[in-house]
This record gives sequence, C-alpha cells and structure tokens, in this order.
Amino acid sequence: MAALLRVSDLQTHYFSFGGTRVVKAVDRVSFTLDEGETIGLVGESGCGKTTTCLSVVGLLPPAARIVAGSIEFAGEELTTKRPRELRRIRGRQIAMILQDPMASLNPLFSIYWQVAEPAYHHQGMRGRSLRQRVRDLLRAVRIASPEVRMREYPHQMSGGMRQRVVGAIAMAGGPKLIIADEPTTNLDVTIQAQYLEVLKDIQQESGVALIFVTHNLGIVAKMCDKMAVMYAGKIVEHGAVRDLFRSPKHPYTQALLGSMPKLGSKEPLYAIPGHPPNLAQPPSGCAFHPRCAHTMPQCVTRDPDYHQVGPNWTAKCWLLDKQPLEEYASAIA
Amino acid sequence: MPAPLLELENLQKYFPVSTGTLLRRKLGWVKAVDGVDFAVWPGETLGLIGESGCGKTTTSKLILLQETPTAGTIRFGGENISALQGQELMRYRREVQVVFQDPYSSLSPRMRVGDIVAEPLEIHTDLSREALHERVAEVLELVGLQSEVARLFPHEFSGGQRQRIAIARALATHTRLIVLDEPVSSLDVSIRAQIMNQLEHLQQTLGVSYLFIGHDLATVAHISHRIAVMYLGQIVELADSLELCAKPLHPYTQALFAAALPSHPDQRHEKLRITGEVPSALNPPSGCRFHPRCPHAMPQCAVEAPVRKDVGPRHTVACHLY
Repeated sequence: MAALLRVSDLQTHYFSFGGTRVVKAVDRVSFTLDEGETIGLVGESGCGKTTTCLSVVGLLPPAARIVAGSIEFAGEELTTKRPRELRRIRGRQIAMILQDPMASLNPLFSIYWQVAEPAYHHQGMRGRSLRQRVRDLLRAVRIASPEVRMREYPHQMSGGMRQRVVGAIAMAGGPKLIIADEPTTNLDVTIQAQYLEVLKDIQQESGVALIFVTHNLGIVAKMCDKMAVMYAGKIVEHGAVRDLFRSPKHPYTQALLGSMPKLGSKEPLYAIPGHPPNLAQPPSGCAFHPRCAHTMPQCVTRDPDYHQVGPNWTAKCWLLDKQPLEEYASAIA
Repeated sequence: MPAPLLELENLQKYFPVSTGTLLRRKLGWVKAVDGVDFAVWPGETLGLIGESGCGKTTTSKLILLQETPTAGTIRFGGENISALQGQELMRYRREVQVVFQDPYSSLSPRMRVGDIVAEPLEIHTDLSREALHERVAEVLELVGLQSEVARLFPHEFSGGQRQRIAIARALATHTRLIVLDEPVSSLDVSIRAQIMNQLEHLQQTLGVSYLFIGHDLATVAHISHRIAVMYLGQIVELADSLELCAKPLHPYTQALFAAALPSHPDQRHEKLRITGEVPSALNPPSGCRFHPRCPHAMPQCAVEAPVRKDVGPRHTVACHLY
C-alpha cells in the first residue's frame, strides 16, 4: 500500500534581509504516514515542528520557502502545486487544528456557518442536507444539543467546547489527514483528556490520519503510533512510539524522556543543560552536541548520518556509527 | 514537632457580581475561595492542584495580601496576618515572596537584572551599595547564574534563565515562603526539569518552604511533599504526595489521575468517567460541589456538603463515600 503522505528530504528556509540571512527551519526532514495512522512530531519551541506542518498544507508565511524536497500526498506532489490547486486540497483532504481555538474561530459568524463552510464550498452542500451535516459533525465531537449550540457564537462557549468546534470544522470536508498543532495546550487536564478521547473516536470512525505536533510526550504516548523527534530543524530519531519509549537511541530522545516527571515517582529528573539553539546561528556539526552527555570530537565538526537501528526506526547520531549496537546498548544501560 | 509556617483556617473570599452601569444591581457572589484550610510546614513543599477557575490563584493572592479575605484567618509563624501593621507587616512581606508563571511579563524590560533582584532589598533592608551588590551576586549564583549577568537586561535571556532571575529576586530577602504560581508551565520541556531540580536544591540548602500551584499532576506530584486538591473554591483532598498517587480517594482526584497523560505507551489507564466542565462559581451546585459530575453521586450528595475528615495518616478527604 502506498503511503498517504510521504515527506522526503524537505527543506524549508526562512529568508530575511533580502535573502542574505537564511534560517534553515526545516532541514532534510523525511517521514511517511499511512492511512488512519497517527504520528507525533515532538520537539521544543523553535525546532521546526510547525514549519514542517505549514509546508505540508502550503500555508507558509511569505518569508519562508520550500527550497528542496518533496511532499507527496495521496499520490500527488504538493510542492509544485499552484495556490489554486492547493486550495482544493486544503479543507477537503487536509485539515488543520491550531493551538488557540479563539484565534481560529471568527467571532462574527455563528458556529453553524463556520462548521458548514467547508461542506458548502468543497461538497457544494446546501439547505437541509447541510444543516443535517453540521448537526452530525457537532454530535461527532460530542457537543450536547447541537441544534441550540449551532446558533451560538464562539464567545458563548468555553475553551474546551470551542476546540471541539474547531475539530468539527476540520472534519467537515471529510479529510484524509488532520494536522493538529498543539491542540490541547490551552485546555485544562480533564478537558484535555475528554478532547483527546473525542479525537480518537473520530479517527476510529473515519479512518483519518493524524499528525500531532506537541512538546508533550504524554500526549504522544497516549495518541500516536509513531513519532519523530525534532531538534534544530532536523528529525533526530524516528520510529514506533513503543520502541522509542522503551529504548531511545538518540541522546536527545533519552534526555527528553528522562526529564519527564512520572506520576508516583520521586526519581530525580534529568535536566538537559543549556537551552535550545537559535536556528539563525546553529551549532557546528551535530546541533545537539553542546548539550549532549556523550559528545565526541567528531560531533563538533561533522553532522552524523541517519542510521537504521531497527525496522522503520532511524536515529541520527555518531554513537550509532562506530560501535556495534549491542555494545552501545550496554554503554547507556 | 515544629509549628506550621503558614496556616489557613476556613479562608473565604467572595467577589460581588453586579450588573448595570447607573443602577447597579447585585446579582450574587462568586465564591472563589470558600472555606479553605491547610498548613505549610517549614522546609516543605505543598502542592495546590486544580483546574482553571477553582480558586488556586485567589488563594495565593490572599496569602500575598493582594486581596483581603471575606472571612477566615491566615497565620504566618503563629501570627494572624490581617492584624499585622508597620514593621511587622513589612517583615511578613519580606519573608513571603512570589514567582509567577510567565517570566516574560514578570520582569521589567527597562531594568537591569541586578536592579530587578536588588529592588526588594532596597525596600526591605538598609544595606550599603557594596553589601547590596554582594547579596545580588550571591543570590544570582544560588540560582545557577553568573554574577556578571547583573548588568544585562531581561531580553537577553531565555525563558528558563528569566525564571531563574525571578527566583533569585524571590530569594533575595532571606525568604521563608515562596508562592510558586505555575512556575514551569510556560517553559520548554528540557528547561522545566532544570528549574524543578534547581528549586528542590534551593529548598534543601536554604530550608525555604514552597506553595507550588499547578495543574499538571505529574509535575506537582514530583516536587511536592504533600498535595492539596482544589475544586470550586474548596480543598477536596489533602495527602502526602506518594500516598495520593497510590491511593487517590476523592472521585475528583481519581478523575484527575485518569485524565493525566501516561508516561509510557504501555501504561494501563483507567477510563475517564467524568463528563462536562467545571460549573460556574457564581452558582455552585448544592451539597457537594462535585456531585453533578461525580460517577458515585448519592442522594445525600446533592443536599449535604461533606466535611473533610481523616481517612489515614495525614490524609484527609471531603466525600460522603468515606
């Protein structure tokens, strides 16, 4: 089966000062996503997660440009599409859920119209059938009494409810892929848990594929099949969520997992020294070397290659290059 | 056994709600904090956890004397703080400090770091210029910064470093209690662990007490010795951190644990059984405030508010089930 989404060697750069300064926000990123699958893009702020997603949906800000690589979605190449053609795909086949539901809903339009819009434009639905569709969508995201709620406006709803409306809008065009960019960051814990359940149910019913952008490893553990850990614009480790949680290979993945407080345990946390790099002046060699616990001389000068560490599992680190895997595993144990 | 450093007793804060501009009409009261009691011991971290609107921040404002309580008392070192005046009041303000959530808005962009950290010292002490500089350098080093950063401005620092500066400012006056209002939730994951370890280390060396306010269960549970769970203005459960993690008793606490994200994909998880959202504090439900969302609600829950009772060593819960 061909993958639904295949991103290969994607490079998206930001150009400033008339192109004299280049920020490599996304640097040779590759991943694939099958139908109905969920991938988590994990990393700290400024690591290129969001730019990767904006490249896929073709909504990059004017200063950014895809300079190389390809994005293949359902057999079609997206990087060479004209804006007109992209508009036909966005909202219908690829939808996006953003972090702040208040900013992604228009305060001047009723919930009904905002949820109806994708079906109105993309499927040409009108009248009673459109109304029925909106009602079904709101019910799918578990909004009680949709008839009443769809006459309301965003300000009449709570944060959790608004984010569900955004979810309903994302589903309205009947997409094959939803990109959720930190969708629960502003929500309370119990509301967040309810929302994640709703997303899971929607996925099971419709078979939509999901890209979850998050810095929260707990969400990845709960929601995703596979994950890509990003650092300074690059994917440093990519594989199945279970594998990466069980025996992470890249020191950054190890450090992230070690810095995560676990319920019911008072074990000291691993604090990654320093702070995330500024992509305008990235470190030489491997970008993680200034903060890494295993830095070697070659890390400072040369960027490591990707190494296959298992089936569908790659990591980008010099440690995986020299030593055989078993020796490495015992070294970190 | 030593005496508690901070003691809250039946603390209440009601905000009036009125409508109309000319003819103001009282609509009622928002009972933001409604009968809260807990104690913080010297050298201890008490975690205060709850969802937005549950009264965590109002409680901290009452402790910081930014609001006056409607009823109830706060005692610090055995003294009722609402009766403090003059020198005594200054001493209280000196010994109780705060660190806010967002270090981008809690540090003045126009002041140098050294002046930011020195400001509480200028107000509360009569140190000479040299002694002041010395103390500033000392606390900056305590929080893991170099003393040379005193010349710089906040914009030259990352979020984590700014939070360290805010902690340094809170420590400068030989503080005994720091109210930490979600101090790590705006920071990057890799920086969070740094700040939490730093806070723990400071507590071990200086013996300062923390009131750690947060909504992320794993974070609060990791740093706190004891945890108070707050729902709609009331403490529903209070227990030792590990005890609470092992044996959450109140249905709301159980719901919070069920809602907490797993730390591993294989982790078995109880299904979340509560629905709906936190009701408005303007018209809180009768009886037990959690009863409309509670999976174990009984007839008496709608009528009679449960009182907090002991259910184990240092473990109290307010629920009719126990």
